[in-house]
Amino acid sequence: MSNKYKKATLSINSIKRKTNVIFNLLFSIYCILCLSPLMLILVVSITDEESLISNGYTFFPTKISFTAYRYLLLNYEKILRAYGVTIFVCIVGTFISVLLTLLFAYPISRKSFRYRNVFSFYIFFTMLFNGGLVPWYILYTQYLNLDDSPAALIVPPLVSAFNVLVVKTYLSMNLPDAIIESARIDGAGEFRIFYKIVIPLSVPVIATIGLFSVLMYWNDWYLCLLFIHDPKYYNVQYTMYQVLRSIEFLTSSQASSVGEASNELLKVPGETLRMAMAIIGVGPIVFAYPFFQKYFIKGLTLGAIK
Amino acid sequence: MSKGNFEIYPKLTKIRFIQEFVKNKELFLMILPPSIFILINNYIPMFGIVIAFQNYNYEDRFFSPWIGFKNFEFLFKSDNAWIITRNTIGYNLVFIVLGLIIALSTAIVLNELRNRILAKFYQSVIFLPYFLSWVVVAYLVYSILSPDGLYNKSLIKIIHLAPIDWYTTPKFWTFIIPIVHIWKTIGYSIVIYLAGISGINQEYYEAAVLDGANKIQQTKSITIPFLIPLMIITTIMAVGNIFRTDFGLFYQIPMQQGLLKPTTDVLDTYIYNALITSGDFGMASAAGFYQSIVGFIFVLFANWVVGKVSKENKIF
Repeated sequence: MSNKYKKATLSINSIKRKTNVIFNLLFSIYCILCLSPLMLILVVSITDEESLISNGYTFFPTKISFTAYRYLLLNYEKILRAYGVTIFVCIVGTFISVLLTLLFAYPISRKSFRYRNVFSFYIFFTMLFNGGLVPWYILYTQYLNLDDSPAALIVPPLVSAFNVLVVKTYLSMNLPDAIIESARIDGAGEFRIFYKIVIPLSVPVIATIGLFSVLMYWNDWYLCLLFIHDPKYYNVQYTMYQVLRSIEFLTSSQASSVGEASNELLKVPGETLRMAMAIIGVGPIVFAYPFFQKYFIKGLTLGAIK
Repeated sequence: MSKGNFEIYPKLTKIRFIQEFVKNKELFLMILPPSIFILINNYIPMFGIVIAFQNYNYEDRFFSPWIGFKNFEFLFKSDNAWIITRNTIGYNLVFIVLGLIIALSTAIVLNELRNRILAKFYQSVIFLPYFLSWVVVAYLVYSILSPDGLYNKSLIKIIHLAPIDWYTTPKFWTFIIPIVHIWKTIGYSIVIYLAGISGINQEYYEAAVLDGANKIQQTKSITIPFLIPLMIITTIMAVGNIFRTDFGLFYQIPMQQGLLKPTTDVLDTYIYNALITSGDFGMASAAGFYQSIVGFIFVLFANWVVGKVSKENKIF
């Protein structure tokens, strides 16, 4: 009955049909503005290079061609390698990051841990003040010597204050002290409790910060820009950045590797190749987006509640 | 036991610490690895800001010879200090005002749409750009603004406009940068405001309907007043971060075109270029010190303002 009542008030208390149509129209237009740039690069990537040169970028190409993708297939090593680096960094980085975050967040969520406020402030202060780029860069390159190693892509963002606070909030709301106390009385040590009780009970929040972490590593180009000079450790985003700056990044080794086998392909499809690279780089995020977005929103509102 | 007693008996605190350590030594052991990480990654660089007062060299590193305020003199004598400060604060103010107005109004309207499935769909599409990296967004902007791009080759044919060389004309970027920023990040703020709206008790609206209030009156007298705390918090947090910018936005989107610097150079890009491109540690560290310290003052100020407005929302 209450449901019926709710429905009744809802239909009374709705915006007018006319207003509804106008708002829907406005949202549709804005949604097109959101999606059309992605559409544009997709269309350009399958446009014939010559028709692109004469007509410029357009949603309605006169001639379609997949030369750019064929070109990328022939020159797959760099892209495959970049994908390898990104996937490796995503997996290893997310695993360590989630573990360290839990190890910090669990003790500060325990009421019996006297120094929990001290440690909370210790991590929270990193959100308020930081030393900036220069000393941090000197530390990583001159003292820790991490430049030009995959570790430089993994280590810097391992523990984020935001993630720790998300987990802490979750644990203090969903992990009753009574469970921990009874486990202690049964003689379980803290590590056993952590492994047997805390981790299984915090699967949702682990999924959330894991997702944050994967997305962060996947979209990272900044660490590569700062620390990596050796092309063999370039990740996907940084490879895309290099291609945007100059198409030669992909085509430099082309002449020798393709040889005379396909003369026609030696004409580098510059602009369309660039956009094909963009599509290959952005594809996974766009395809995975419908599946992960609702978990992301859940995690976000969890963190925002504080 | 209150704090005061600990001060009177310093020995007692020591004993308490040891007791606590013995009682919870496994918890201490757990928190140790991430704590060491934070110490190295976050706290050591905090002390490292003193290199702004040193003549940095690769041998002495953090212990290079002191030279007082020389680095700052160089920095503030040039026009750059003014330009990057103006750009950093100016863009952030525009982002704060535009972001608040657009996110709030969009969230309210989205919440009122009759078709919930469509509303969810719109929200998802608006949120999508948030998940693209700045490199991808740079591609998208380039595909529209480059000499062969959508604007210069297709749009000007449809609506007769003059071709524009966007990447060499600084004045347009005061508009391009905010548009791109809003386009990419607005979905995030909308999610926050939608969560705020869904937290409002429906009974208020039901009572308002019984009193004959229409939608606009309801929005004015119920929705917005309930969202004010959230608006204040997000705005003040943004004011606290007014000296920080999203490096990707200002580095990737203008594609490092030197001509665009007057309107696209901000503190973060300036420090990056001084450090990496020119290798000028003095200038970079002076600008970095300036950013850290003034930024921290803004954070403290913002927190003080929160304390004045509503005590329970004070951050620390």
